[in-house]
Amino acid sequence: MTAIETPSAAGAPAADAPRRRGRDAQGTRRLAALLLSPTLLVLALVIGYPVLAGFRESLYARGEGLDAQGFVVEGDRFVGLDNYTAIFRGDRADAFWNAFSNTTFFTLTTVVLETLIGVAMALIMHQAFRGRAIVRAGILVPWAIPTAISGLLWRWIFQADGAANAVLRQQILWTADGFPAKMAVVVAEVWKTSPFIGLLVLAGLQMIPRDVYEAARVDGAGPVQQFFRITLPLVKPALLVAVLFRMLDVLRMFDLPAVLIGVNQKSVETLTMIAWFEASNLRYGSAAAYATVLFLYIALIAYLFVKLLGADIIGEARRRSSRQSSRRSRRARKKAA
Amino acid sequence: MTRTKRLLPYLGFAAVTVYCLAPFYWMAISAFRRPQDQFDNSIVPARWSLENFSAVFSGGNGFGRALLNSLIVAGGTTALTLLIGTFTAYALARLDFRGKNAVLGLIIATTMFPGISQLVPLLKLFTDIGWINTYQAMVLPSLGFALPLSVWLLTAFFRQLPFELEQAAMVDGCTRGQAFRKIIVPLAAPGVFTTAILTFIAAWNEFLIALSMVNKKEMQTATVAISKFTGVSGFDQPFGTQMAAGVIVTVPLIVVVLVFQRRIVAGLTAGGVK
Repeated sequence: MTAIETPSAAGAPAADAPRRRGRDAQGTRRLAALLLSPTLLVLALVIGYPVLAGFRESLYARGEGLDAQGFVVEGDRFVGLDNYTAIFRGDRADAFWNAFSNTTFFTLTTVVLETLIGVAMALIMHQAFRGRAIVRAGILVPWAIPTAISGLLWRWIFQADGAANAVLRQQILWTADGFPAKMAVVVAEVWKTSPFIGLLVLAGLQMIPRDVYEAARVDGAGPVQQFFRITLPLVKPALLVAVLFRMLDVLRMFDLPAVLIGVNQKSVETLTMIAWFEASNLRYGSAAAYATVLFLYIALIAYLFVKLLGADIIGEARRRSSRQSSRRSRRARKKAA
Repeated sequence: MTRTKRLLPYLGFAAVTVYCLAPFYWMAISAFRRPQDQFDNSIVPARWSLENFSAVFSGGNGFGRALLNSLIVAGGTTALTLLIGTFTAYALARLDFRGKNAVLGLIIATTMFPGISQLVPLLKLFTDIGWINTYQAMVLPSLGFALPLSVWLLTAFFRQLPFELEQAAMVDGCTRGQAFRKIIVPLAAPGVFTTAILTFIAAWNEFLIALSMVNKKEMQTATVAISKFTGVSGFDQPFGTQMAAGVIVTVPLIVVVLVFQRRIVAGLTAGGVK
């Protein structure tokens, strides 16, 4: 049987190729759809549905009301945009703008500090030294500690008679409401996440070929010039993606201020915390409205970031993996030779 | 001058190490102090003691159960995520079809959604169907962040696999499924393993969902349980006990991270995601 089929199969490709390719593409599409559907289905269920249901929820209010005939109705009732206007009106508006400015403040300060410290860490670790493995292991420790635990840890450090005040020889009430509380959150957040940026930047640094620096040195470029003219532009794509992910993460910050300072504290209340507080008091409509506003804010920031700075997330990942594999094959070829 | 120049990188190294480890050291050292020395700020405890550790497991806290809950929730999330995500990542890395970038973009875009906007409707839904205080009420919402993360990481890993081998296997008569099972799966195992670690850590660290979906002490995960520890008097925060519990929760993670350091760094840099 195979003996009969083989010659025809060998002769076939020239004539059959277009048709086969068409069938192949169709098969590939079907396979892709099959493989993708579970993930898309799950994401539709756990993200798509809640976001839509949340939007619907934000248009309803819970509790008793009077209907047109003056009867008491219980349960959800449609209130249109009331939940949204309530956010921006009266003393609730103060709470909202406070949470909004806290969220923005945390995002700006922590991301800037993380980037600076992370880049500095990466530059230090990039020095070829024997101790590098130890430092790289140490740098993973803050990253591995759960955020809630690191919140407790810093709450302990920032106690009135705790380590921070002992080191600074000050008597600052860090964990009471007020500006020091904000600082405490920023310090704890930066501590936990700047190593992450450091690692990403370090990976970027290691991809820069050494001869580029040699050429620059021959041309008389100093270390500062080398940093701003070579290192920074070449690391920029990786750095932008890292910064984008960090920003999205800080904008929805909850665990750290909630554990470190406490919920419902004016100085550190973020948008997620205010929404959570509403939800835990069973005011789902209002909570959903806050969540929707936060979501729009995050989407806006992400859009602006990608548009203005041109962070190319998908392209960056592809470039990086292809660069890595090409490097690997080059190394393999060298080994073979 | 030359000597300071030579010493400078070592100073940098020391600064980075101290920056990263000092707070953790403080947590560990505070856990080993006697409760009555708790507010002693010496760098090494005058008297070492395990009292805080025994307090962690003492009756009222139910910490053993909380650890088990964390293990079930994080383990369940990781297993489900890998089961679903591996196939998707394979399709995204290997197959050529229209709309591939759109799908990848969509999956990445879902990481943008703040947990809270996912939480509020699910909280209401789970209340209605009686899922509050169940494991599935914590695992399912966690898929929302775990699945995009692992698909993203796995896609990055799978792209680096030698495609030619798979084609060679198919030329030799393997079907696509066989080529996937016999060639790609063994080669992809390290990447899948790394993704499993990173997903597990992310799920283990989860706080917001676990805090909201559960109000019974027996169902709390470890992170939530520790944040709710109460002292003997009920008013003082029992920092010593909390630090000890923090050490217990963190040290296994740190050991795993240190053992698989190279892989984890590779995973973090390939994915660029938390």
